[in-house]
Order: sequence, then structure tokens, then C-alpha cells
Amino acid sequence: MAALPAASSEIGAIRKIIARHRRLDFVFGILGILALMLGVLTFLALFVDMAIQGLPRLSVEFFSNFPSRRASQAGILSAWVGTTLVMFVTALFAVPLGVAAGVYLEEYAPKNWVTDLIEVNITNLAGVPSIVYGLLALGLFVYQFGFGQSILSAGLTLALLILPIVIVATRESIRSIPQMIREGSYALGATQWQTVRSHILPYSSAGILTGVIIGMARAIGETAPIITIGALTFIAFLPPAPFSATPPYFNFDWLFSAFTVMPIQMFNWTSRPEAAFQQNAAAAGFVLVLMTLAMNGLAIWLRYRLRKNLKW
Amino acid sequence: MGTAAALKAEVNELDFYYGDFKALKKLSMPVHEHKVTALIGPSGCGKSTFLRCFNRMHDLYPGTRYDGAIQLYPDNSNLLSKAVDPIEVRMRISMVFQKPNPFPKSIFENVAYGLRVRGVRNRGVLEEKVEQALRGAALWDEVKNRLQDLAFNLSGGQQQRLCIARALATDPELLLFDEPTSALDPIATASIEELMTGLKSKVTILVVTHNMQQAARVSDYTAYMYLGELMEFGETDQIFIKPRRKETEDYITGRFG
Repeated sequence: MAALPAASSEIGAIRKIIARHRRLDFVFGILGILALMLGVLTFLALFVDMAIQGLPRLSVEFFSNFPSRRASQAGILSAWVGTTLVMFVTALFAVPLGVAAGVYLEEYAPKNWVTDLIEVNITNLAGVPSIVYGLLALGLFVYQFGFGQSILSAGLTLALLILPIVIVATRESIRSIPQMIREGSYALGATQWQTVRSHILPYSSAGILTGVIIGMARAIGETAPIITIGALTFIAFLPPAPFSATPPYFNFDWLFSAFTVMPIQMFNWTSRPEAAFQQNAAAAGFVLVLMTLAMNGLAIWLRYRLRKNLKW
Repeated sequence: MGTAAALKAEVNELDFYYGDFKALKKLSMPVHEHKVTALIGPSGCGKSTFLRCFNRMHDLYPGTRYDGAIQLYPDNSNLLSKAVDPIEVRMRISMVFQKPNPFPKSIFENVAYGLRVRGVRNRGVLEEKVEQALRGAALWDEVKNRLQDLAFNLSGGQQQRLCIARALATDPELLLFDEPTSALDPIATASIEELMTGLKSKVTILVVTHNMQQAARVSDYTAYMYLGELMEFGETDQIFIKPRRKETEDYITGRFG
């Protein structure tokens, strides 16, 4: 209180500036929360709306019935079996190709302009509209290779679609491994492949798996490319079982079978005027979102488990 | 002091380039067997660069070039020549790094990795060699009951001793230490220095240190480097008590650092 007038007015000015910046801090915090709420509440509103409409419809019959002209008897059996089989084929092709490409680009490829060009190309692929993949698949897999309008074609198409996601996730994960770990391995006399197999791949598996599941969560909802290659919208049969009692005990006929998937079944039902079919579509949508949430939850849990031992 | 020991390696007119930059200039130096040789000098003088030539670590990075030779005895081969496989060199010459870098695996798997790389799969042999290496690194008693624990759960000094055990497990002929205690506290530092003195009866040791007193404590021979050149090489006592060159004396007495 006995400070010189000059000093005390300075402190007053500083306090005013601090107070103003604190207000701006607070405003920015509020804006951030509002932005977050916008996204979260929109999703919640859609999900809850679908749940309210569709939940009464969920029953064991809904999962074990084929689609039917009568709404009360229609079910998603062919749809969810089709989705599961297509996702399986997608993962089967996307994972080895994507991981191998990612490992090659990070560990083996020389850092020159050719590699940069490849990098740019791959990230661009992620922005290509999915219908273009559908058209490519129609010409290449369905007709040129003769796989037909089958689960195999669908799986290959979606594998191409999510390949950039897997490659980028693999590369990011590998990049986070400190160089000291690599040097430690090489200093013991390991070759490049030994280092990749014993260190690079195990330590990046968490990130790779996360990328794979995020890619799958995207692929599960893709409709345009699947329609383009000719998935049926109304089928009342399942693909043939791979196992049989008579030799040969295992066959691949199911790969070449006609099929449908969940998004297409939903699309088919929403285009019908009866309210009961709208309810069916809501129920199917609810199941589809649950499947996606389950996959994302699995990704988060797996990432936690696999990252537990890493300290970087 | 005493008669000159046999040579483990001999550096002959070594030049080293990072791209166009000449980082090491005409280095020539003997490395005596079963002795500790220290490389000292101010930051940026090239001592780590020099050390990393011995196990061809620079081959991992593009744009590097060696000129000259490092002869390895008793086979008298130049380990820098393009005809020699760097993997083979690294199997005979091990390295311990500045910051402890254990793998995110168990203690056992860390030490066993060098053996697995050489194709050793027999569990009994692995266990025996791992115990031998951990004893050699004075770590066995502390970890013998928790070999399956994660290496990251050890303290800094223990992790560095684990890295030493990992380097020892493969019975190397030459052991390279790149400022092994600069990231450790004084107690851990003392235990590592004690270890180095004890190990030299089995392996030849080359250690880079920016701590002059450590070099005086631990080494039999010392090389003083400055700006990529070898200023002086000799027995440690001679270098620290009666350096021949003025540049060495200036550094030793702390006139610059």
C-alpha cells in the first residue's frame, strides 16, 4: 500500500491484462465443449431414435429369419451372415497386404523421390470415392477374373478400400518405435528381417490392430461398392457351409456364392412404404451400429493390452 | 606400465565421411587386448563417431563412407572393407549405448536375444548362458528370482547392467561402451566402472567418455581426440601426468572443455 504511484498503476495494468486472458481461456473452453457436444449429441440423438424405434423388434427370430414380404416375419439372417463373411475376407486380404506394404515403406524402402511418390499415392487412395472402387471391382474381379457377384469380390473390393488405412496405421505405429531399439537389435548382430520379426512387428502390433479395426468399422457400413458389384437385396438363402460330412470335408464354394450385407438390407427396407418395414430398418441399423461400437471397443481394449509393456 | 600387451585391433589411417563432411581425419591407434582404452575429448570431437566405426553402425545410415582400415587380430582382417559382412562384425564386437535401451521384453529375453539371433534354441543352453552373462554384469543376484519380469521395471543402473549382460551373452571379442554412465547417478556409475575393470580380463574394452576422471579411474590407455583428429595416444598415467602435447594438457587441465 506504501508503493510508489508509478509501480502500483503498473500492477493494475498487468492485472487487467491477466483478467482478460483468463476470460478468453474460459470462453475457448466453453466453445470447445460446445463443439464436442454438437458431435456427440447428434450421434446420440440418431442412435437413441433408432433404438427406440427398433428395440421392440429385436428378438431371436429377427436374427434367425430370412427377409420376407411380411414385415413381421422379416429377419436379418442372410444380412448379418453376409456381413460377417465379407468382413472376414476383407481382413484376410487387407491385413497381410497392408502390413507388408507398411513395413516395406518404413524399414526397407530407400528415402528417395520414388518412395515419396508412392506415399502420396497411397494417402490419395484414401480419398477416392467408394463407388469408384465398386466400378473397379466390377470390371476387374467380377468380370475379368471371373469371380462373379460373390463374397470374394466384395471382400477384395473392401480390402482395397481400407488398404490405405491399414498402411498408414502400420507406418505410424512403426515410426513410434525409438531408433535406439533398432540400434540395440542390430548391434547384437541381427539382420533386418530378424529385427523386423522380433522387434518391429511385435511392438507395432497395437497400432496396426487399431488401424485394421478402424478400417473394418468403415468397411462394414460401405454400401455403394457392394451394390455396384451386384450384391442381392433380397435373398432367402445362406452361402453354402464350408464344412460338410462328405469328402472333401472343406470347400470354398461359399466364397463364390451370392450374398447380401446389412447396409443393403436396411436400404431395401427403408425404401418400402409400410411403417413396419421402417421399424425393421431401424432395428437393423441399431444392430449395425452396435457391431461397429463393439469393433471399436475391441480396438481400444486390444490397444491397451498390447501397449502395456511399451514405454514410449 | 609394464610390457606392451598383444593387440586386439589396430586402426590405420581411418577417414570417415558424413556425406561431404570429413568427420574423422587419418586416425591411427592400437587397441591392446584385455585392456581398457578410453577415448576422451570435448563434445563434437568425433569420439562416438569413431567408436561406431568398430561395429559398422554407420552402415545403417545412408551417405556414410569409410576410408582406411581397422585391422582385427588374430585373423588380421580389415573390418571396414566392403568384402566383410557388417553382421559378422557385429557378432564379434558388441556395444553398450549411452542411454540404457533394453527391449520391451522380459529380462531373460533381453539377454537371450543375441543368442537367439545366432540360432541357439535349446532352453538349457539359453538359461545357462543368460545366467553366466548376468553374473558377469553383476546383476544375477538382483534378478535371479524375476527373470520373466519386464526389463523396463528395473532402475536405470540395473537397466544399463542388463544391457551389458545382453552384450556379454554372445562372448564378444571387443566390447564398445559409448558414454555408458552419462545417464546414471553416481552410485550406478561406480558399479559400472567396477564392472569394466573386472571384465577386461575376458574382453577387450573400448570406452568413450566425456568424464576425464572416469577415464583416469578406469582405463589403461587413453586417446585424446579433438575435431576429428587423434591428438595424443598413450598409457593413461602418462597422458594425465605428463602429456606430450600442449593441446592435451590444455584439455586435461580444464583450460577448455
